[in-house]
Amino acid sequence: MTYTKTNGPAASYTGSRHATTTAQRDKKELKLFSSFAHVALAVWGLLVIAPLIWVILASFKSNTEIFTHAPFSLPSKISFETYRTAWTEAHVGRYFLNSVFVVAISTAGTMLFGSMAAYVLARYRFFGNRFIYYLFVSGLAFPVFLALVPLFLILQNLGLLNTYTGLILVYIAYSLPFTVFFMTAFFKTLPNQIAEAAIVDGASHTRLFFQVMLPMARSGLVSITIFNIVGQWNQYLLPVAIMQGAGAEQKWVLTQGIANISVSAGYQANWAALFAALTLSILPMIIVYAFFQRQIQSGLTAGATK
Amino acid sequence: MKHGRYPFIIGFLIVPVAIYGTFVIAAYVQAFQLSFTNWRGFSPDVSYIGFDNFVKLFHDNTFWKAIQHHILLLIFLPLLTIVLALFFAFLLNVGGGSKGGRTRGVWGSKFYRVVFFFPQLLALALVAVIFSRVYSSDDSGLINGLLNQVGAGPVLFLADKNLALWSILAVLVWQAVGFYVVLFSAGMGSIPTEIYEAAALDGATRGTLFFKVTLPLLWNTLQVAWVYLGIAAFDAFALVNVMSVDRGGPDGATTVLGLEIYRNAFDYAQFGYASAMGVVLFFLTITFAALTLRVTRRDAIEL
Repeated sequence: MTYTKTNGPAASYTGSRHATTTAQRDKKELKLFSSFAHVALAVWGLLVIAPLIWVILASFKSNTEIFTHAPFSLPSKISFETYRTAWTEAHVGRYFLNSVFVVAISTAGTMLFGSMAAYVLARYRFFGNRFIYYLFVSGLAFPVFLALVPLFLILQNLGLLNTYTGLILVYIAYSLPFTVFFMTAFFKTLPNQIAEAAIVDGASHTRLFFQVMLPMARSGLVSITIFNIVGQWNQYLLPVAIMQGAGAEQKWVLTQGIANISVSAGYQANWAALFAALTLSILPMIIVYAFFQRQIQSGLTAGATK
Repeated sequence: MKHGRYPFIIGFLIVPVAIYGTFVIAAYVQAFQLSFTNWRGFSPDVSYIGFDNFVKLFHDNTFWKAIQHHILLLIFLPLLTIVLALFFAFLLNVGGGSKGGRTRGVWGSKFYRVVFFFPQLLALALVAVIFSRVYSSDDSGLINGLLNQVGAGPVLFLADKNLALWSILAVLVWQAVGFYVVLFSAGMGSIPTEIYEAAALDGATRGTLFFKVTLPLLWNTLQVAWVYLGIAAFDAFALVNVMSVDRGGPDGATTVLGLEIYRNAFDYAQFGYASAMGVVLFFLTITFAALTLRVTRRDAIEL
């Protein structure tokens, strides 16, 4: 058992006056340091929250209020009219549902195909195993910008440009490198005994995967699913490059739609509706985050800690 | 166990490999190929023009401007983010002093961590929209609205050539810090408390603790952070595309390679030229990552 200087018992233990004064000074210094820490942390916390609060406040204001009142003044009346405008006239509702639809399918696809490939690469020895593994992992080293033009052409040739199918397939394809990389490492850590027992019981390879190995890999799957949902939900470059052409606005995802409202808004723009649109896209994140903040934090940092 | 092994392996790999091969591998291979052509997208005649695209790139002012912007981002994005994140992570983890021989975080450290991390969840495109309003040059902007209250301003954050890129950099830092606070906190949490105790017993101050204990033991995490942030500095497309005046302006003061690639491809249909820029971007990114890992290499400290 060790005691540090600031600890009361350690100081009184020696009994000398000198030690007591040191302890007091340390305590004082600690208090000072601690309050300094709080001030610094609170300032940054405020910097993080302030723009978000400001957006929510402004979403209830009229255009005149936004221009003439103080930034953090309360709205003169609470009206959800701006939200109605944002949801229907600015099509935020449609963009939102498009995003939900695309991300639901593409994340499910990513996890299914990613863990299938990772499982085989992690636990079966065959000719070409290493080659396929490095092929997947090499995808981590390339910037997506490099693929932009050819990707456009490939989708055009396949008739998939400006389609959900195309966007979903591309999301899956570009999420595979990290998913395969992470899940391969994860499947390698799973014990062999249970798999062997299942084989003895006559389970096929496929059943072994779906009924034994996948459930055992749950914690890894959860992390990477969160990682992929957030990554695909926030994707901007790929949809902007792929969802263009006639009638594309109908199929835009949320990031694309909101960015477009902001960019195309001129001086007569309805800023309040833009703030309402922003609030509509931030609030679900806050709610989901409030419930799953621990899982989300570990899921998103999973990439950096591996 | 033996029977059905290969059909199973092939059955499990065929779809992922097909999707990945079609949309990722084929795309990257074609990008290198296209960079040596003058293809404009619509004309059927494609001819190989050797290194002409790269020569043209070399004499392209906009390209060099973009490179300069990347260099600036490459220095300041990691530097500012890491310094701030390390500072906050240290305060969160050891700011509360020690009790019963254990260093503690400050009161409410969990709450701070949750709040700091949140921006990471927001799409950069959304963050860009929020901050293009925050920076608005009239009184409807958050900052200029506040400045107006005290009779100062307005500051033209995005319209001033000398300020625009820094304003965008600030947004990148705003979004990134929380992520690295959590990452560094996790790293600091895994440092055994005995080490801190021993150092404290030897009379180490908090500053010494930070520089002689925390920093060396976090070295690997810092390296990862530097590479990640460096790669982010080569991107910045979403922010510049949404926030900057005239996309990349004013007068090219904020343009980045990603934006130039996008414009050349989809606005000017310069498919070959855009691909050449992509190739350069790829080599820059790879060189940066390799250099960083090499220069900062240190022997890992085993615990």
